[in-house]
Amino acid sequence: MPEFTYLDHAATSPMHAAAVAAMLPFLTERYANPSGSHRFARDARRAVDEARDVVADALGVTPGSVVFTGCGTESDNTAVDGVLQAAVTAGRPSVAVCPAAEHHAVLHPVEHAGGRVVAVDRSGRVDLDALAAALDPHVALVSVMAVNNEVGSITDLAAVSALVRDRCPDAVLHTDAVQAACWTDLRAISPLVDLMSLSAHKFGGPKGVGVLTVAPTVGIDPIIRGGGQERERRSGTHNVAGIVALAEALTITDADRDTEVPRLAALRDRLVDTLLAELDGVIETVPRSDKVAGSAHVCIERIESEALLYLLDRAEVCASAASACASGAMEPSHVLAAMGVDRHWSSGALRMTLGATSTDADVDRAAEAVIDAVRTLRR
Amino acid sequence: MRVMLAMSGGVDSSVAGALLRADGHEVVGVTMRLWGGESDTGCCSVSDVDDARRVAQQLDIDHLVFNFGDDFDTHVVEPYVQAHAGGITPNPCIECNRHVKFDRLAERARLLGFDAVATGHHARIGRDAAGAFTLERGADPAKDQSYVVHMLDQEQLARTMFPVGHLDKSQVRRLAGELGLRTAHKPDSQDVCFITSTGGRTEFLGRRIPFRRGTVVDLDGHTVGEVAAVEMVTVGQRRGIGLPGGGPKRYVVDVDVERATVVVGADADLLDHGIVVASPTWVHGPIEGEVLVQCSAHGTPVGAVVEPDADPGRIAVRWHEPQRRVARGQSVVLYDLADRCVLGGGLAVDALAP
Repeated sequence: MPEFTYLDHAATSPMHAAAVAAMLPFLTERYANPSGSHRFARDARRAVDEARDVVADALGVTPGSVVFTGCGTESDNTAVDGVLQAAVTAGRPSVAVCPAAEHHAVLHPVEHAGGRVVAVDRSGRVDLDALAAALDPHVALVSVMAVNNEVGSITDLAAVSALVRDRCPDAVLHTDAVQAACWTDLRAISPLVDLMSLSAHKFGGPKGVGVLTVAPTVGIDPIIRGGGQERERRSGTHNVAGIVALAEALTITDADRDTEVPRLAALRDRLVDTLLAELDGVIETVPRSDKVAGSAHVCIERIESEALLYLLDRAEVCASAASACASGAMEPSHVLAAMGVDRHWSSGALRMTLGATSTDADVDRAAEAVIDAVRTLRR
Repeated sequence: MRVMLAMSGGVDSSVAGALLRADGHEVVGVTMRLWGGESDTGCCSVSDVDDARRVAQQLDIDHLVFNFGDDFDTHVVEPYVQAHAGGITPNPCIECNRHVKFDRLAERARLLGFDAVATGHHARIGRDAAGAFTLERGADPAKDQSYVVHMLDQEQLARTMFPVGHLDKSQVRRLAGELGLRTAHKPDSQDVCFITSTGGRTEFLGRRIPFRRGTVVDLDGHTVGEVAAVEMVTVGQRRGIGLPGGGPKRYVVDVDVERATVVVGADADLLDHGIVVASPTWVHGPIEGEVLVQCSAHGTPVGAVVEPDADPGRIAVRWHEPQRRVARGQSVVLYDLADRCVLGGGLAVDALAP
């Protein structure tokens, strides 16, 4: 690939070299199925067990709480459907609640189950009054994301947790923390919730492996049934290489976080400040005080995101706008709509997300490319 | 040139891409996502986008998807529904070409620095002796689509390319096969892309407008029958108007949606001397005089004279021989006497007084 500027880390991040190195033996000589009964299998089993310990430590949960899944979406789906199905099986009420700005991996299962979708504030964070109004004894599951994938806003999970525990002591609280690992110590989040979803490729691990933590007190029905792996919570042969690499990437992310957050915040600030200074009609979608360090999200008036992204692509800058539908077409953002951002602004949404590989040069090139593209399109 | 190629996922636009590449143009393929609802024949299903993307990969050109769903709703679907509610029968493919492909997409292409928009339409763009652009029928008479792109003017033609217009459809398919394009044997798209073959027009419109029962009367005003939805009846129609079989054939000669009345008569009662045409567009400026006129996508051109109308925003087309009535909303397209070049066109309004 030619040299280009990659500012789409919220979509996926390049893998840490050490994570690639960690997984390779399990793609080559150590290929056994850890569920087997021979020494070769025990070797793979040990790798999974050790990875589970590492992950548990980085997340502040017990190893038995860690369920390895196939991706973040599977973790989210398992949280929602697994809790609701368990409630139905037990003859308990089974209403799900989530905010309107959740990732579709939570929003769609909640909607599919006929759940309640509650309002968010101007920063995309759940509106606590709206959440309170939706909580009643019928609620079995509340799912509130830790960090929004589009605009980067951070949820006050302590407040959410206190509210849910007070109003619905029997309800299970899940958080989609897929976008949080690089920015927040997950040990601070895990005690506030019962379930937490992660995805390896958002923090330098491989695609195709995720985590759902399940507190020991919570019972979930599996959505994938079979050989009974992961203590009957997720069947299917372990993705040993992926699990080992996830643990390695999480270890690096956890160790680097305290230095990376201020470094990337400074880069992000310079990027956004340059755009605000050089261009008219640009707003920062969410105040920086409300969001994670690596997220630059702006709305540019008199610009269409599709056209802007094409010009950025030609300038070899990888950025994004909102999520894409199955055809690859850009859909109007449900997050910005939920936040009440007017179409005048949201049609010109631009998301640039930084990560471990981001540099000063990336920010310079991206700022220049955005400024050039906007001037071209407004000509 | 930098060319933006509209790729529907069909064989024509696939081959168009190959030909543009062979001519040395810089090509970017674009598939427009237009319709988010149910569809089976359309140009925006996920499998069609997959086909377009795979062909673009084979041709080694970039492929983008543009979401013009709002524009399509505003300029094609909603007017289609409203027209039917008013007893008018529009051609949505023409409105899509007019407002989406050759306006919205063309403007996006211009903005992004492209020199032209190309499509897989079977029509040809040439130059006359004076250097003006001509819009000509496609080489394959059975597949000619000049009718549906008749609204293009000089400015638009200067920035439009129809790379397969000089080919027979069989040649297009043969080329696609030789190039190993996955769309080589894909069937041609039929009908309106946003209407499913299972539900059809009736189901689509029935969910969007309140159908009204209509009384069927003969030319003397006697009630002879009833229809379930007066909005679904079109001038010239013979079947589905609830008349008993046997006897002389009777056709719909008029539809009055306001009064929920359908008038039927004999074949001869359908004949008009001419038609008033609204909102005319011209390939190279307004013309008057002798022309050939085509009133449907695959209709036979007939001789007529173009005259000015009392309303300056309209023209009158007077047939040499009386012709069957043209349903309101249909596109009336004017060709030169050689039946080769499009001169202009517009929308059928009313029969011309004798």
